[in-house]
Amino acid sequence: MTTPTNTPTDAVPPTATAPAPSWQDEATGPARAERLSALAQQHGALVTLIVAVSAASLSFDTFLTTDNLGNMAVSSAFLAVVALGMTFVIITGGIDLSVGSLFALGGVLAAWGSQYGTAVALLLPLAVCALIGLVNGLLIARSRLAPFIVTLAAMLGARGILLAVTDEGSRTYLVDKDSFFAKLGQGEALGIGVPVWITLALFVAGAVTLRRSRFGQYVYAVGGNEDAAALMGAPVARTKIAVYTLSGLCAGLAGALNAAWLVSGVTILGSGMELEAISAVVIGGTLLTGGFGFISGSLVGVLLLKVIQNVINQIGSLDSAYQQVVSGAFLAVVVMAQTWLGRRRRVL
Amino acid sequence: MTTDLAVPRTKATDRDRLRRQLQEYGVYLGVAALLIVNILFTPHFLSTENFRTQAVQVAPVLIVALGMALAIGSEGVDLSVGSVMALSTSLISLYLGYGIWMALAAAVLGGAAVGVANGALIAFIGVQPIVATLALMVAGRGIALVLLPQLKDVHDPGMAALGSGDLLGIPYLVLIATALTLLVAFVVRRTTFGRQLLAIGDSRPAARLAGLPVRRVLILVYVASGALAAIAGVLATARLTASDPTSLGTLMELSAITAVVVGGTPLSGGRVRIGGTVAGAVLIQLLTATLIKHDLPPSWTQIAQAVVIILAVYAARERVKR
Repeated sequence: MTTPTNTPTDAVPPTATAPAPSWQDEATGPARAERLSALAQQHGALVTLIVAVSAASLSFDTFLTTDNLGNMAVSSAFLAVVALGMTFVIITGGIDLSVGSLFALGGVLAAWGSQYGTAVALLLPLAVCALIGLVNGLLIARSRLAPFIVTLAAMLGARGILLAVTDEGSRTYLVDKDSFFAKLGQGEALGIGVPVWITLALFVAGAVTLRRSRFGQYVYAVGGNEDAAALMGAPVARTKIAVYTLSGLCAGLAGALNAAWLVSGVTILGSGMELEAISAVVIGGTLLTGGFGFISGSLVGVLLLKVIQNVINQIGSLDSAYQQVVSGAFLAVVVMAQTWLGRRRRVL
Repeated sequence: MTTDLAVPRTKATDRDRLRRQLQEYGVYLGVAALLIVNILFTPHFLSTENFRTQAVQVAPVLIVALGMALAIGSEGVDLSVGSVMALSTSLISLYLGYGIWMALAAAVLGGAAVGVANGALIAFIGVQPIVATLALMVAGRGIALVLLPQLKDVHDPGMAALGSGDLLGIPYLVLIATALTLLVAFVVRRTTFGRQLLAIGDSRPAARLAGLPVRRVLILVYVASGALAAIAGVLATARLTASDPTSLGTLMELSAITAVVVGGTPLSGGRVRIGGTVAGAVLIQLLTATLIKHDLPPSWTQIAQAVVIILAVYAARERVKR
């Protein structure tokens, strides 16, 4: 209504009726408030992380030990790789609920493949998971199906494939402890686990791609306003297909690395991981409505989640059920804050 | 929707109409096809005992799917239903000491409370339904496990009667599911609330401009979904004679969404098809039963269900031409 570029073909008007979200449109008074809220949105997670780490290290002697930090870093690494792919998907305004299943499937395929060498152990899960991601992307982009329902089906289907591969979950494939593949998970360089290095490298590559490449611009454009992006000449469908493939690839890689770390493919892993990944991305400041977000925030989000889990574990009297209560409540609080700060009320 | 205003009448529109009819009635065809296949190829399928078992098994899924249909009709979704079932089974076990009615009330109120939380996040704060209910999905199962950390047998004559008793040969579970189905169908078709719900699902800005009580209706939708899921949890507990907060209701949100979507309710909101939802739930149940009876492993069921979801959504997809 307010923007003259909206043609009658625009079938989804809610965003159009809301006040334009960009900072420049507002006058100087509210602009400062907007900028402050944007600042809180961008760095809120980092500040919370620093506070949480300080509080935890003051409360528990066991928190700031090399062992604990190293463990936390490695266990964060797998979730971080999944969250990396999820960040791209969410910035395009989509969601990928299949990553938990793909994580588990990737791990089992990697463990099975490791008997034929490291190349098979890595390429097989990557190929299968990327293929499932590609199918997700094709259905979402070309057939215009809702992302959450497509990836929900993929979550079910991938878990089914996983069960079929493992004789209904009864078989566990082991990785040879001395193989090069196992070193990818268990090895260390400069006192820091190899998975952590791999993850950091991937995050740098992801951040550069998102910020500096044309593909990254398309990702933001598609999430910001799909119709405008299409009019601008951005390959909307291809961008969407690419992000879901990337998300599947990341989940498969994370699963493979996790299998190398555990030296076995564990079938029951990954349930609830889609939620953790989405939480991490959202906590990191990426808007679920798409068009806005950053890679580094997702890393901070993962670390924050893991620190909270670690603290709950350290309080011995609290069992893991509280972890779920706290993470659910935390996600709700963050999304509430985000909705308020972002002033992007799509609904109402 | 109004997107097909300017389409000239050609072969393509005929195909369009065919597709729309397939979308409307495809689920009944699917159920009929599965019935025929089973009658022909599955031994002992045509027995009262078997139909009774199938009906009892479909009851909880159907009850959850009714609430899901309301949520989807309002252009939302409720991912927390499985966790609400877990929560209600925990509450049942905790409150059975105070009598069965107290326990039932606690379970249903617990589910409704989760619904209030979902609805408030969605209606007042403007969080997307997927995310709001995702948060409650995690937190809900967490709370269920905090209340009741592990499986506990339920020894209560009232609950046992509820789970396995019958009236004139029809199991209580089936009677309750039928009554709730009729109730929800009545609410959607014949009440102001139902009309408001569909208007909001069709276009929330328009509903708001028309002065409808959008927030109140949305909250009531999620309260209904939570309460229905809690009732399903109660019935499942009664049938299993045990409370299992760890695994009760896992993937239930998926089955419920499948039933609703396969039944022809569009994910874009504005319509609720109760008959289709019932058929959708029966379809999933029959599909699972067919695969199990022919000794196909559970993994096949999951893959088959995934394919059915995609096919149904694909058939129902709205065509947006650029």
